[in-house]
Amino acid sequence: MNQPLVEVDRLSLSVRGLSDHQIVRDVSFRVDAGEIVGIVGESGSGKTMVARSLMNLQPPAISISGGDVRFEGRSVPAMTGKQVRALRGARLGMVFQEPMTSLNPSMTIGRQLEEPLKLHARLDAPRRRERILDILRRVDIRDPEAAFRAFPHQFSGGMRQRIMLASAMLLKPSLLIADEPTTALDALVQREVLELMLEMVRDEKTALLMISHDLPMVARYCDRIIVMRQGEVVEQGPVAEIISRPRHDYTRELLQSMPMRGPLRIIDQAASAVVEVKGLEVEYRTKAGLLAPKTIKKALHGIDLCIRSGEIVALVGASGSGKTTLGRCIAGLVPASSGGIFFAGKVVKPGSPAWHHYRLNCQMIFQDPFGSLDPRMKIREIVVEALRHDRQAGRVEKAERVRAVLEEVGLDGRYLDRYPHELSGGQRQRVAIARAVVGRPQFVIADEAVSALDVTVRTKVLQLLADLQRRHGFSCLFISHDLSVVEQLADRVVVMRDGVIVEEGKRDAIFVAPQHEYTRALLSAIPTLTRTDTGVSLSWRFAQADGALAEALQ
Amino acid sequence: MLKFAFTRLLSAIPTLFIVSVAVFGLIRLIPGDPASLMLGDLADADALAAARKAMGLDRPVPVQFAIWLGDVVQGDLGRSVLNGQPVLDLVLHRFATSAQMVLIAVGLSVLVAVPLGMAAAWRQNGGLDLAIVSMSTLLLSVPTFWLGLMILLVFGLKLGWLPVLGYVSIADNPVAGLIYLVMPVLTLVLHEVGIIVRMARASTLDVLRLDYITHARAKGMSESAVLLHHAARNAFGPTWTLIGLILGNLLGGVAVVETVFTIPGLGRLIVDSIYARDYVVVQGCLLFVALTYLLVNLVVDLLYPLFDPRVTAE
Amino acid sequence: MKRHQRNYILGGAPLACFLGAALIGRFWTPFNPMRIDLRSKLQPPGAAHWLGTDEFGRDLLSRLMAAAGTSVSISLTTVFFALLAGLTLGVIAGYARGWTDRVVMSLNDALLAFPSMLLALALLSITGANMYGIILALGMAYTPSMVRVVRGSVLSLREREFIDASRIMGNSAAYTMLRHILPNCLGPVIVLATSMFGSVLLTESALSFLGLGVPPPAPTWGNMLASARPHIAEAMWLGIFPGLCISLSLLGINLFGDAIRDRFDPRMRGL
Repeated sequence: MNQPLVEVDRLSLSVRGLSDHQIVRDVSFRVDAGEIVGIVGESGSGKTMVARSLMNLQPPAISISGGDVRFEGRSVPAMTGKQVRALRGARLGMVFQEPMTSLNPSMTIGRQLEEPLKLHARLDAPRRRERILDILRRVDIRDPEAAFRAFPHQFSGGMRQRIMLASAMLLKPSLLIADEPTTALDALVQREVLELMLEMVRDEKTALLMISHDLPMVARYCDRIIVMRQGEVVEQGPVAEIISRPRHDYTRELLQSMPMRGPLRIIDQAASAVVEVKGLEVEYRTKAGLLAPKTIKKALHGIDLCIRSGEIVALVGASGSGKTTLGRCIAGLVPASSGGIFFAGKVVKPGSPAWHHYRLNCQMIFQDPFGSLDPRMKIREIVVEALRHDRQAGRVEKAERVRAVLEEVGLDGRYLDRYPHELSGGQRQRVAIARAVVGRPQFVIADEAVSALDVTVRTKVLQLLADLQRRHGFSCLFISHDLSVVEQLADRVVVMRDGVIVEEGKRDAIFVAPQHEYTRALLSAIPTLTRTDTGVSLSWRFAQADGALAEALQ
Repeated sequence: MLKFAFTRLLSAIPTLFIVSVAVFGLIRLIPGDPASLMLGDLADADALAAARKAMGLDRPVPVQFAIWLGDVVQGDLGRSVLNGQPVLDLVLHRFATSAQMVLIAVGLSVLVAVPLGMAAAWRQNGGLDLAIVSMSTLLLSVPTFWLGLMILLVFGLKLGWLPVLGYVSIADNPVAGLIYLVMPVLTLVLHEVGIIVRMARASTLDVLRLDYITHARAKGMSESAVLLHHAARNAFGPTWTLIGLILGNLLGGVAVVETVFTIPGLGRLIVDSIYARDYVVVQGCLLFVALTYLLVNLVVDLLYPLFDPRVTAE
Repeated sequence: MKRHQRNYILGGAPLACFLGAALIGRFWTPFNPMRIDLRSKLQPPGAAHWLGTDEFGRDLLSRLMAAAGTSVSISLTTVFFALLAGLTLGVIAGYARGWTDRVVMSLNDALLAFPSMLLALALLSITGANMYGIILALGMAYTPSMVRVVRGSVLSLREREFIDASRIMGNSAAYTMLRHILPNCLGPVIVLATSMFGSVLLTESALSFLGLGVPPPAPTWGNMLASARPHIAEAMWLGIFPGLCISLSLLGINLFGDAIRDRFDPRMRGL
């Protein structure tokens, strides 16, 4: 066997000064030259720390407490600072997750890209500039000359991630480490950036170590997968083997957590509409500045939407499509500039007599489980507040209902007197769900309600939501950018783009035979899963839809 | 960039207006009639009436304000009741004295405090950090008037190195002027260093956590280069704003330090005028100080894009 | 031990001494702090007068204790004044937004354009230099920064999802403000109030030092320092002890304030 490019050998990392507080335990794996390897794990699995320790870049509070990392046979922790720095940027490149903070805001792109060249290559200024313009062209930055002089804030997230990629690939490193490189990006942009990255590493025969929480994405692009959990490697092997014949329980659980198409439910199309909106428009006015005239930007252009009794309607679209605005407008958080909201056939407007009744019947679950619960209230108080306007129920009855609903979402009596910060993200989201349904509303809006959760938790919360919906029969508007989640839950799907509904139909119709190019492009980013006896098999829809993708991105 | 500057300039106008109303109103609110304040308690009724007419006090208050504002805009802040000197001349003269001391002190403080604050952040929770933070908390807690007194006691009285009383302007005699400035400047520097170190440390800590610092390290840059080229400039923004606030505050006169070292500065002028009930001077000083403060902060804001180009994009 | 726990103790100790001395000084002092005894003037610290006597033969320790009481009452009342006014105006401005906000904040910004020491000086000429005048002047001088902090945190709280959640539950604006916004902006307010306590104490001493504070013969640390100045060469203790009292109290307040801030604002932790 020839020498691996990188060899991680029984690596342990711990908090400095607390050697028994290990963050990573006995992790071993190797990456060969030109190989594409993925590390998959949920938050807290230690995957990022492992990746950073390859360059000896773990945070100062974390130290290597055991094992070794070898690059081309040489121990990285044993190197002098100078030797490590000679590797960084030249032989080892790194792309970070957050495009908003990974480039220095006060330095031009050109100067930032010049730094590695100045450090590692003997080139004069004009040739350095030539090299940089070349690579900017290579990552499809329009007008590289202008980009050279521009500051990071002048670029979108996707463009910044391309610039990061350019910076990391500038010196054709032997290994590129990409830490959640596309998590912060929209699905369509995600795929573009990923494919560009793959193309570049293949061209340069650079090995790629991709760190991600997204198993299907890693499975799609990598040769080998390493599964990590709570600081340990639970399983590693070739992609096909891991996903079709997982050996470890956790890998199996991960695969079971992959959202699959839920059962088909028959919704009576003649059933009365619970909530209906007609010709809804929302405008944002920028305040008239001293120099800038007042501008009006339309976020929604005449939306018609109908949600029937007991139906789950999914609202999907990329960020900026207006889906969240629509949800917030229906919930009364954003005023409509024209059009109307109808509840049980009657028009409701803020301030009208019917509004209060609608208000109590239309509840909402928010995206951020850390922001949607008042940090200074106990769980009991948070949930009981939703019953404040229930005049019939007495204090005792309310307390009983709170206990019952928390039980229903899987939180027993111990949680009643805890504060939100004492709960995990998943538990907080359960509290938010309990708060939304405790008053038995007829309609619930879930705005990206599971996006912030880890995969395994996400599936459980989705399951809970589906169960509650079945039991209580409320209608639901489920807003999400993630089509695989939608596929699991929705009866009907509405696709939005730029404040307009571009396509709408029953779930299976949309997922099997989308009519609009944009829907097709969105779907091409998610896998179709089928369960096999032991694991799952993944396949990709409309893989050929690249033309559509490009068009959809315009 | 131009647009940013222009908007920022325009936004200062309402504040300016309210400040002038406040200064004008303040003097009206002082118990007693401005005319009798001006003439003193012993003036007879006829003289008082004449003075009231001369000062326009018989007209409606908005008209009085308009007249006053008109005078102010033309640079006429009135005359001192005490010695009949034009207030503007008095204020400018005293301001020059305070300003040279404050500018030197703030400049030195920044030179000392910013590197210290950055070093503390770089070695967070280490021995160096602990030492720097403890020192700054200690300095922060010692009031300037006592610190000044102690410096005076040690260097002036016990050691006799520096002159204790009197003041010589730098303009008259540069060497002697500087010698007279040593103790007051030292007092101010020690105090301001305590404040600036904390801010420099906090904002450096904020920056050091960000990905672009790790990115710079991942390019193979050395620690000192990362700190100098990537951390320093971005971390300086908040400190820069603080420096503006400090400068604006101190330029209004450092009455206590001026009192300790018997320096005829603007702060001392205000205090003396309050003692002497010379409210025309007090009014002029207040207006001048507020304008200086606004101007300093305006300049600071306009220069801010040097440290963070994002602000012009707003 | 965590840093902020250590700061609680390090800061709490001098702060407790300071408050204790102030409290005891209300009821008992070794000598009458106002009694002039020219026979024993300018005595160095010794058995009879632990910290010595001043130029009128008054016992320094007694005067320091009495002064502590004056400083504590003035500072606490001032902070309380600024707290009440700041919370009311800040919450109203931040929650109502629009014109109310603009009017309140323009006035506020104009007041902030004066260094607070100077503003206090100017206001003192209106209110007069007595205990209540000082409290009123200092209170008004310190209110604007409180308004600013309260409004800022109200504005950022408004954007939080739990405020949306409260609206969704059908709660009125007033209820949301009292139940959700107010309790959540107490953190930064307490942090500011603590540091304000120190800064009011400092300004009060400075005003006294300039002769514009509580009028003599009532002792304050500031006016004791001012009257010590001519005698400092021969009676060092007169200059040292009052200043030491101010510095130690401020150090206590600052360390304690850091500890509180670490608790409420983990972002600044470890400073």
